[in-house]
Amino acid sequence: MKKEVPTITTFVVGVIVILDYFFQLGTGTLSLEYFSREIQNWMLIVAAFAMGLAAINLIRLHVVQIRQRKTGWYNSVALIITLVVMSIIGISMGTDSPLYRYWYNALLVPIDATIFSLLAFYITSAAYRAFRARNFDAAVLLVTAFIVMLGRAPIGEQIWSSAPSVANWIMDYPNMAGQRGIIIGSAIGAVSLGLRILVGMERTYLGQD
Amino acid sequence: MRSGRVFVLVCFLTLACVIFFSINRARKGKLPYLRKLPGVDAIREAIGRSTELGKPIVYSPGIAGLSGETGAQTFAALEILSYVAKTAAEYDTRLIVCIRIPEVLPIAEEVVRTGYLSAGKIESYDPNDVRFLSSAQFAYAAGVMGIMERERPGATFLLGGFWAESLMFAEVGNAIGALQIAGTANLHQIQFFVAACDYTIIGEELFAVGAYFSEDPIKRGAISGQDIGKLIAVGLIIAGVILTTFGGAETVDKIVHW
Repeated sequence: MKKEVPTITTFVVGVIVILDYFFQLGTGTLSLEYFSREIQNWMLIVAAFAMGLAAINLIRLHVVQIRQRKTGWYNSVALIITLVVMSIIGISMGTDSPLYRYWYNALLVPIDATIFSLLAFYITSAAYRAFRARNFDAAVLLVTAFIVMLGRAPIGEQIWSSAPSVANWIMDYPNMAGQRGIIIGSAIGAVSLGLRILVGMERTYLGQD
Repeated sequence: MRSGRVFVLVCFLTLACVIFFSINRARKGKLPYLRKLPGVDAIREAIGRSTELGKPIVYSPGIAGLSGETGAQTFAALEILSYVAKTAAEYDTRLIVCIRIPEVLPIAEEVVRTGYLSAGKIESYDPNDVRFLSSAQFAYAAGVMGIMERERPGATFLLGGFWAESLMFAEVGNAIGALQIAGTANLHQIQFFVAACDYTIIGEELFAVGAYFSEDPIKRGAISGQDIGKLIAVGLIIAGVILTTFGGAETVDKIVHW
């Protein structure tokens, strides 16, 4: 049962959603479209339950951190307090309430922006390493990147008038060809994996070899 | 039939037929040859390195969910996780799995638990090492980076759907000296992994990794089917180029949007 029920559920749900993408069959509550929409609504419900499980996992982990006074345990205290306070405010007053919005905008948004802005430094350090011309491939990358950057920056056109058109050619032809090759290969790989899961040939995700 | 989807349906059915045909052929004993992928060979090496250094392994299956066009990447990452968990258990090396999507958490827990069970080391399995961090992208990113900094893993696996956080993980992993194996089918993140990681599994290779660890004819046959699918795609591209060059652009457009 542990094996058959998830496999049959995956098959039925997958077939309905795929058929709905291609065909318009039935009307009203007996249509494929209706079933497909219902399945997608159920997905949201399952996701909500999964969020509950995830919250339990998170709390359990951080309670252990606090109990054992592991390094940085006070961060776990802050996390649990924030989780509880925000949940109480969100459930009792709603996520549109001024208090919830205040804490969301005053805490989460700036922290998110801070983490995101770290990317600028990471890009710089990664680019420094990637652009060192250690071999032929790295040298090609360096020259190509230099031309593209030159073509994209306003000063590039002042230095070399053809820089923007050369940069555009690199992006539109060799770069685009490579990208499309990867996209086609990935799409076929994804379809293949999806089909194996759909018909129950691939069960690793159920914890089975 | 929904308008404009006939061509997609024909392509889908053709690909499905080719894949199932290849799987059947592999089941009859004609296993296809799989060329070596350095990134795949390095997976065992990375686990071994962590074991030698006495350090843990950090695994992130990406931030994509289980549905939509990026869902397949998460399933591929979970497939690889199964192998990594089993090997880590055999080597008695701690494996920390960082999860962003709540629905992925119970699946990852089951996959890791089964890996330890297969290796006969279920007593070493610690449920606290499969961690849900946050469903917010940058909170998750901060969590993974924090774990990397604190735990100092010997190897990191970044496999699945990644977005802006890809380079953050890869750079932190690089800074702490971990051997890094990364892979994604998200086009705009591949170059970051190539620049910052030791081994990169590019695009479709991510979906093929599972077949490398298995003698299962289904997995190996599917790879062969994918190759035939790519040949058909190349044929269609050539036909499209010829038709368009000789004034048949409208015909191509009609077929594609049929």
